[in-house]
Amino acid sequence: MSELTRITASEARQLLDNKAISAVELTDAHLDRITAVNGSVHGFLHVMTDVARRQAQAADDAIASGAGGPLTGIPVALKDILCTTDAPTTAASKILEGYVSPYDATVVRRLRDAGAVFLGKTNTDEFAMGSSTENSAFGPTRNPWNLDTVPGGSSGGSAAVVAARAAMLSLGSDTGGSIRQPAGFCGVVGLKPTYGRVSRFGLIAFASSLDQIGPFSRTVADAATFLTAISGKDPADSTSIDTEVPDFAADLPYDLKGRRIGIAREYTVDGMERGVSEAVETAIKTLGDLGAELVDVSLPHTEYALATYYITAPAEASANLARFDGIKYGNRREEATLQDTYLRTRGEGFGAEVKRRIMLGTYALSSGYYDAYYVKSQKVRTLIKQDFDKAFEQVDAIVAPTSPTVAFGIGARMDDPYQMYLADVFTIPANMAGIPGISVPCGLSNGLPVGLQFLGKAFDERSILAIAHAYEQASDWHTREPAAIN
Amino acid sequence: MSLSLKDVEHVAALARLGLTEQELETLRDQLSSILGHIEVLNQLDTDAISPTAQVIAVDNVMRDDTVEPSLAQDTVAGLAPRSYNGFIAVPAVLGGMDEEGA
Repeated sequence: MSELTRITASEARQLLDNKAISAVELTDAHLDRITAVNGSVHGFLHVMTDVARRQAQAADDAIASGAGGPLTGIPVALKDILCTTDAPTTAASKILEGYVSPYDATVVRRLRDAGAVFLGKTNTDEFAMGSSTENSAFGPTRNPWNLDTVPGGSSGGSAAVVAARAAMLSLGSDTGGSIRQPAGFCGVVGLKPTYGRVSRFGLIAFASSLDQIGPFSRTVADAATFLTAISGKDPADSTSIDTEVPDFAADLPYDLKGRRIGIAREYTVDGMERGVSEAVETAIKTLGDLGAELVDVSLPHTEYALATYYITAPAEASANLARFDGIKYGNRREEATLQDTYLRTRGEGFGAEVKRRIMLGTYALSSGYYDAYYVKSQKVRTLIKQDFDKAFEQVDAIVAPTSPTVAFGIGARMDDPYQMYLADVFTIPANMAGIPGISVPCGLSNGLPVGLQFLGKAFDERSILAIAHAYEQASDWHTREPAAIN
Repeated sequence: MSLSLKDVEHVAALARLGLTEQELETLRDQLSSILGHIEVLNQLDTDAISPTAQVIAVDNVMRDDTVEPSLAQDTVAGLAPRSYNGFIAVPAVLGGMDEEGA
């Protein structure tokens, strides 16, 4: 493996600016790495070789003329649920196989304007519905740490390619943990920004009140730089918030003096893996050693978040996915009548998990059940949000495991949807409350990475980045490379 | 919570999903099981709680009522599986609705 795929984006920035390397060399090293590992990991659905080389040449020209910015010439991967005009966007679904969007997602346009290099589109659970990337219509992604295990999901491709050193940075989307959980499983950094921080325009919608786009990287500083580049108000997304976008990478601290970090006893469940509990306890001790004040907080409605999510998210999904009817775009299975065309197009075009969620959501919204399920879950959502509001009166951030276990085996949870849903039990509450969360590697259990999660106040990504950075610099877990593909 | 096959067929019709007999039976069992887990919400008294549909403090976001460039008609029609002279072509719209259809 070329050393150029091992370095971080901030290291690459220096080498590019000093003309020690070119963006073309950096891009070619990553394209070679993709060729070497994509057969076993299957993190990419489409590799954008020609686009990447063109962008890399343009980046070199920009750097030569002194016009480069933080991401100029940096190779990134995009979850295949973000619309791109120069590569297919399939959401890993047969119903969109071959679809090329006539417009770029706002985040994609921002990265283009920043001079980033697009390596390709990464695998995901179909329409981002899943926790293992096994629900992709185009085959699962495998965890670079152990190819018999899942990378997590739904942004499993984006997590795996960063872990495998096949991309320097990547973008994912997080509706119930789909950035943080695969980041934890793959031993990389994953950040879900505050709802409204990043424009969702051009993100194929799953659950619109929960979805948020965010970065994967190998260091907290790189995640911070990437977040700055994609954040900000967008007229095309009325839920994006017009608030200051700080330079998130500036002044990241090395100690935690004066920081108050909450520990919630509710973030422990039956069946929690011992190696995960131990790694998280050790990490919490490190936070104390760094000067943080550790405070017990209570989030009493945590146990209800999973049930709330599995009404809210499918309900919103059932409405959002109504647009995939085979008429305006995507694939059509044409029958003699419109009605039969809808039934066959959707019946054959969607996979099992997507159908399950459309059915669950349609049921929860249907006449006679709306109050009992949908309204009820929205009321419990209020209670979950109030728990966080109250806790954040006492602390700057909350620390918790990202997931109750490390990566599980391919196929191990596919027969029991509820077991699969439990993989997101610690990540879902942040989506329900709209708050930001970050996962950083904090250990290994049975040779597989453990994720440590920090949750923060709405629009206070700075605090969780600061705490995650100080922790990262006091540990060396982020420097470990997955053994299975070296 | 236990769903009947008829319940599942009704929901599939509302969702415009053509499902096989096997899928309907599997979904009956799986949805019943998932809804069983969701019943945990009934432990909470929420009579006095107002619902949260979204978490951001903005509503009724407006823009100026001005015409801006949009995608060309040919581009958009060209995305359709079948198009004709810049229009999207579809099979017969009338007919084929079952008693659920509306």
